Amino acid sequence: MNDRAKAGSPVEHYVNPAPFDPHRVERMTPEMERYYMAPQWRLVWWKFRRHRLAVASGLVLLVMYVSILVTEVLAPYNLHSRNMGFIYAPPQSLHLFHEGRFVGPFVYGFDSRLNMETLKREYLPNPQRIQRVRFFCQGDEYRFWGFFTGRFHLICAAEGGTLFLLGTDRLGRDMLSRILYGARISLTVGLFGISISFLLGIMIGGLAGYYGGWVDNLIQRFIEVVRSFPEIPLWLALSAILPVTWSPLLVYFGITIILGLLDWPGLARAVRSKLLALREEDFTTAAQLMGASPGRIIARHLLPSFASHLIASATLSIPSMILGETALSFLGLGLRPPITSWGVLLNEAQNINVVAIYPWLMLPVLPVILVVLAFNFLGDGLRDAADPYK
Amino acid sequence: MFAYTARRILIMVPTLLAISLIIFVIIQMPPGDYLETYITELQSQGEAVDPEKIEALRRQYGLDRPLYEQYFVWVLGLLQGDMGYSFEHQLPVNEVVGDRLWLSFLVAFSTILFTYAVSFPIGIYSAIRQYSFGDYAFSLLGFLGLATPNFLLALVLLYLANVYFGTSIGGLMDEAFIDQPWSWAKLLSVLEHLWVPVVVIGTSGTAGMIRRLRANLLDELQRQYVMTGRAKGLPPGRLLFKYPLRMALNPFIADIGSLLPQVVSGAAIVSIVLNLPTTGPMLIEALRSQDMYLAGSFLMFLALLTVVGVFLSDLLLAVLDPRIRLEGGATK
Repeated sequence: MNDRAKAGSPVEHYVNPAPFDPHRVERMTPEMERYYMAPQWRLVWWKFRRHRLAVASGLVLLVMYVSILVTEVLAPYNLHSRNMGFIYAPPQSLHLFHEGRFVGPFVYGFDSRLNMETLKREYLPNPQRIQRVRFFCQGDEYRFWGFFTGRFHLICAAEGGTLFLLGTDRLGRDMLSRILYGARISLTVGLFGISISFLLGIMIGGLAGYYGGWVDNLIQRFIEVVRSFPEIPLWLALSAILPVTWSPLLVYFGITIILGLLDWPGLARAVRSKLLALREEDFTTAAQLMGASPGRIIARHLLPSFASHLIASATLSIPSMILGETALSFLGLGLRPPITSWGVLLNEAQNINVVAIYPWLMLPVLPVILVVLAFNFLGDGLRDAADPYK
Repeated sequence: MFAYTARRILIMVPTLLAISLIIFVIIQMPPGDYLETYITELQSQGEAVDPEKIEALRRQYGLDRPLYEQYFVWVLGLLQGDMGYSFEHQLPVNEVVGDRLWLSFLVAFSTILFTYAVSFPIGIYSAIRQYSFGDYAFSLLGFLGLATPNFLLALVLLYLANVYFGTSIGGLMDEAFIDQPWSWAKLLSVLEHLWVPVVVIGTSGTAGMIRRLRANLLDELQRQYVMTGRAKGLPPGRLLFKYPLRMALNPFIADIGSLLPQVVSGAAIVSIVLNLPTTGPMLIEALRSQDMYLAGSFLMFLALLTVVGVFLSDLLLAVLDPRIRLEGGATK
């Protein structure tokens, strides 16, 4: 038995002479330090990266948005170029081999004739007419963003041949090119609309959340009124207001404003409730005690802590705007030609009898669904990542 | 309960007044009025325009009075069930509208029922069998349903029916019954045709509802009282239905508030594509021709449908949840 076991006997006082380090047990490796000290935006990014579907959707959207910068070069034809010999031509399929021999990407040329019984134009691919697709070539003339003219395309039809990968419409215009050009309008409508609704939502929600009291009450009632309107009928009514004499560009801005005007209540509510909750947080009190002005508190402390939520919910409401524009243009109350969006293209598919004969007129449906899906997945991922501390 | 109901009604009245004011402003906004359109139409046809007759018409329709008087005449008329006069059809709006309002109501109501009937079992299944094959399949379907705009879905269905069955699925009744008085056979025919618009309009709402119910139920299933229940040997079915499901149902009813505007607005556009004899096609026609009372009354009816629907859902919620009844005001 040692000494300590003996009851009552004093234990010798012992002091370790080595310098004391309070972090000795939990010393952080550089990796750990990188993780624990990471700023919020990096945590958000790490969490977002784990959401594979959201990252993929983000990439798809990025590619689409970059593509609208150079639509003129990507599209094989000009938006307005008509091919009177090829009205309602079906899609041409791309081939690589002709009778077992490698030729490279080519299409078979069309033999067209008019069916005298049904008066329908019929197009038959002719295996004798091999039309090789050209790359990095000179084709239809265009005005790049309306500034300077060019003829350079990434891909175009063979000399004297045709390249209608998605068919043509009633004026013989290439559907693929028109869908590519339509993306420029359809994709930007959502962005402009969301900026308007963002601005309105933050201002109105901020007023309600900051002042509280009767201002808050009034704004809440007003939001309830706006929210009880069914969206599409009201959009229809508002777009019927736009004068017929307006230029297509003005109509475009008018439509984006209309889309933004009805969307803000959701955002305003989010801003308000977040402001009300964060006002009571300890760090707000700390900032107040240190003498920060209200403006500084809102801008430096409150806004950054829910900005990520706002961005996520904004991403989730872009699709409804894209769908809204598509619906309005589809009904003929939204954008008007020559401005071409996916909705305007679908307007031609309104008559079911035409669609039954020429089903490729419905193809603009696909990019609409793709974009809406991508925005939904991206928004979901962002929303999950918006609060990285959970 | 009585106090709560009274308060909700008191809130509803100013809401409806504000809505009617906004609608009136919107339908008054286009430059000119219907008579000016009418005059240019007559002139373009080379007909002489009698200024006295125009003046008489203007007086008859009350277009010469100041705007606020026109507004009061319209609102007071609405309160008495008189929806004004349709310039284009030269008939009172009530007669032009006919069955359309009721059919609109029928479509919206059936869609809500459909949404509940479908999303309830699927939502529960997805929550208790989380990450199973069925859960993934329904999630995928749900995402597609959310992303596909319903009027495009209508178009695709029309196309498929046309190509594969050679029939048209548009309309809301057999052609023989159009403009016929209501009969048992006509009602049956309407019910037969009803499922297409109901499915088309209901898809996105159903998808959203499934996701919400699944998320809510998953939250509840992780609570400790569920574990306690399981530990003391409650049968799984009883354990599910007795507590967590009832908690998860609360938002199910509260969501009518966001579901109804969505359904009504979806119905408006789908009915145009499917050519249903509801308010949609006539609303768009009225908007195009500036037939303001017709358009205004339709908008008012659609807004009324949602406001009253939300009111009813709030009452139902108060019946089910004493917290709301006692504290007042839905906690959304």
